[in-house]
Amino acid sequence: MIKGDDDMKLKTLAMAGALTMAACAAQAEVKVGMITTLSGGGAGLGIDVRDGFMLAIEQSGRSDIEVIIEDDQRKPDIAVQLADKMIQSDKVDVMTGIIWSNLAMAVVPGAVAQGKFYLSPNAGPSALAGKGCNKNYFNVAWQNDNLHEAAGAYATDETFLNAFIMAPNYPAGQDALTGFKRYFDGNIAGEVYTQLGQTDYAAEIAQIRDSVADHVFFFLPGGMGISFLKQYADSGVKKPLIGPAFSFDQGILQAVGDAALGVKNTSQWNKDIDNPTNAAFVASFQEKYGRLPSLYASQGFDTGNLLISAVESADVADQDAFRAALEAADFNSTRGDFAFGNNHHPIQNIYVREVIKEGDVYTNKIVGTALEHHADAYAPECKM
Amino acid sequence: MSLILFIEQMLNGVQFGVMLFLMAAGLTLIFGVMGLINLAHGSLYMIGAFAAAWVAGMSGSFVLALIASLAAAAAAGALIELTVIRRLYDRDHLDQVLATFALILIFSEGTRWLFGSFPLFLEIPPYLSGPVTLPGGIEYPLYRLAIIGVGLLVAAGLFALIARTRIGIQIRAGEADREMIAALGVNISALYTIVFALGAALAGLAGALIGAIQSVQVGMGEPVLILAFVVIVIGGIGSIKGALVGAILVGLTDTLGRVLLPAVFAQFMAPQAASSVGSSLASMSIYILMAGVLVMRPSGLFGKA
Amino acid sequence: MRREPLLNAAVFLGLLAAVLWAKAMDEPFTITLATRVAILALAGVGLNLALGLGGLVSLGHAVFFGIGGYAMGILASHAQSYSPLIEWPVLIEGTKSMPVIWLVAMAASGLAALGIGALSLRTSGVYFIMITLAFGQMFYYFAISWPAYGGEDGLSIYVRNGFPGLNTLDPIQFFAICYVILGLALWLFSRLSRSAFGLALGAARQNAERVMAVGIAPYRLRLVAFALSGVITGLAGALFADLNRFVSPTMFSWQTSGEIMVFVILGGVARLFGPVVGAAVFILLEHVLGGLSEFWHIYLGAVLLVVVLFARGGIIGLIAGREVRHD
Repeated sequence: MIKGDDDMKLKTLAMAGALTMAACAAQAEVKVGMITTLSGGGAGLGIDVRDGFMLAIEQSGRSDIEVIIEDDQRKPDIAVQLADKMIQSDKVDVMTGIIWSNLAMAVVPGAVAQGKFYLSPNAGPSALAGKGCNKNYFNVAWQNDNLHEAAGAYATDETFLNAFIMAPNYPAGQDALTGFKRYFDGNIAGEVYTQLGQTDYAAEIAQIRDSVADHVFFFLPGGMGISFLKQYADSGVKKPLIGPAFSFDQGILQAVGDAALGVKNTSQWNKDIDNPTNAAFVASFQEKYGRLPSLYASQGFDTGNLLISAVESADVADQDAFRAALEAADFNSTRGDFAFGNNHHPIQNIYVREVIKEGDVYTNKIVGTALEHHADAYAPECKM
Repeated sequence: MSLILFIEQMLNGVQFGVMLFLMAAGLTLIFGVMGLINLAHGSLYMIGAFAAAWVAGMSGSFVLALIASLAAAAAAGALIELTVIRRLYDRDHLDQVLATFALILIFSEGTRWLFGSFPLFLEIPPYLSGPVTLPGGIEYPLYRLAIIGVGLLVAAGLFALIARTRIGIQIRAGEADREMIAALGVNISALYTIVFALGAALAGLAGALIGAIQSVQVGMGEPVLILAFVVIVIGGIGSIKGALVGAILVGLTDTLGRVLLPAVFAQFMAPQAASSVGSSLASMSIYILMAGVLVMRPSGLFGKA
Repeated sequence: MRREPLLNAAVFLGLLAAVLWAKAMDEPFTITLATRVAILALAGVGLNLALGLGGLVSLGHAVFFGIGGYAMGILASHAQSYSPLIEWPVLIEGTKSMPVIWLVAMAASGLAALGIGALSLRTSGVYFIMITLAFGQMFYYFAISWPAYGGEDGLSIYVRNGFPGLNTLDPIQFFAICYVILGLALWLFSRLSRSAFGLALGAARQNAERVMAVGIAPYRLRLVAFALSGVITGLAGALFADLNRFVSPTMFSWQTSGEIMVFVILGGVARLFGPVVGAAVFILLEHVLGGLSEFWHIYLGAVLLVVVLFARGGIIGLIAGREVRHD
């Protein structure tokens, strides 16, 4: 209940903010269009990105950044329509906010072709990292394969020999398993594609029990991961689980409960990364919104600060200068050091986290580093 | 694949089927008695799961949570029957589809407004958690066996209700000739409210039971709703027996398809491609089954033509 | 004088007026919205043929919408990458020409509608609703997991396809194309509904036995209506893909089928302009309510509910009276 009220307040705040900013539009130098998922099933992720991003803008105290926020309902055609509106009517300079790869693929190529900057706070499809990279497209989160590659590297480090790997049957799922295999040196004991949106995993768990695998790698974002983790914990199969952070973020863990305890997962961020920016971010986010920040909130916050750093040193009307300012990535990231590779995707450390319980709250702590200064596999194909 | 694993997968298929039956029973009951297509049945399932998660979170008792799910879903069901649904009985299916589609929108976003955008926590009670060893050495989760038990109890209860009780006689009479039993002094509108609330309560119970091993989130009802429709259409709409048979058929087809098809394709394809192609076909398998049944028997297996 | 023809003319000219106003005010996004209305209305006109004239409640029209979309996506993506579509037995290249794409889209969706219709029309009532839904789900899952054309990520086409003599990238010229096609489809619908075929179809909807008694097979009538309906909705799918310069499996989802049906019912089933009014009101609601609250689906649901419960015959029925309703 508290949650709902909070959301309403937030919305009003954001709208009030937009209104006051619109009122002094003459001063506004940079217009940002944020398209993200605020209603329906995947709304939790979009709300976190938005809240993280707006926190950064608010803390900067700048009045020359106007943010227009719209809800894509997780539908690609709505996202395209909103992008058209922002480009044609609102005349934004920079776009951001999209959570899902399929929506990003619908919007980003068109937006950058029309001379807009796009800063991705979450999705990093391989098509935009390799041959399809663009000088105006920046990814502040990760290339989609990164966290899965880290999981493969971690499994290799732990000298696991036989992996059972599992993901939904769609492009991001196929990329996940490919990413894992790219860095895993052992054998694949089982490779299973599940149905997108599947809720019952009894058949897959029986296959895991029967296989010779000594561990399980799974990529099941959102509700699929919750269902799998609960059912796996109840099945009595004890093979260790490894996954990317998406099934273990702050919003989801509370719904999984004890079933997630002790599971290792890979992430480029955690709330215990030791640097002043991160500590201040975690404290101020918690104070403002009454909940712990998630991975997505940190990505939204970093995206906001990257934008602010560029606005501080260049005029958005001068595209080359603004692009150079973005490339410099001269801001304090919650992840510590932050740099872009040649394809405008991050080069960063990816950590191994373990799910723990702090008091009543389930959360993660970092237990190791899977990959250091890791760039994605598609960067060499990018010619800008 | 070993014989033991195959038997375990058959069991999984039956178990998945029983889960679908819990959802489909209320849907087919409502259709059979009132001739109403209720797309909002999935919302009642969601309401049951949310009520259970909320009460379990407050009280820590799974039994209380189940009672809450029954009560909340029945109350929501009675409320929409009195305000909206009863105006739809003599409308065509088109109006029913649109009106109950509108109810889905209202319930889904209303729930998100109340409980927020993040999934809720609901867990299996300690006395039902963990696996038990079945004859033949199969380790099987106790909770899933309990779901099979509840599903069979619900089926038996519904058969008994319709065959043995006074309300069952009225229901059957109402299906056969609505005017006649109204003329005999049965309060038909009260009867319909009761039947609708009963169907809703079954959906709520299913939501709570299944919510303990799945994700309790907004929109959880829609995928199950479509499967439940597939089930009752295969079985023949309005038939409880059809729903049970249809549910088990769908459960087995889906589970065995997921397991066997990739294995079949692996005989002549690379593992990754085989898994992907097999899984695509498996996700279409139940719809192919349904189309096949309807082409052969246009009113389902046990439907009245 | 009946009010409906007047209303129809007002709606049709109103859409054009809105676009001309937007052009004068330099509001290109309003033109995009109006184009969207025209295209979705076209999809609705297709469904209205099956639903309104034939009484065939199809919850699977997203199949044809999606096939039309993918016809555009596949042909244009091959043209974009200069890779042939098929090399054997004959070489077939992709294309960026709208008229060719439309023909392919209509042929493919018409064939699909013939196949699906031939099987589905053996059933009736709820079974028909559900079997069409089942076909929709089959195509949806297939499109998601079929990797050749992007799977769930869909396909982006970077430049809108061309039409001889026009600059399709100009919003108003693309709108003009869609508007003319919508007009033609409406003309076709009105001719059909008054033709011998349309009358027989309507008679079969009301009383199949009587039609059979005079020697007409309702099954064939319905199959032809269903296939035509698929052709029109498929064309709308190809235009929709061109509007967004993007196709994805969402076009096949059951929500898309539901939305097309909502346009028709909201405006008025079997009314010539039902889908146009329905699509316009729906897009307007989405646009206005979406700005009011994060939870705008609640209001949308409430509006739909009120229309179903209290405005039988849809919005047109509310304004123009119910004389067209036959049941």
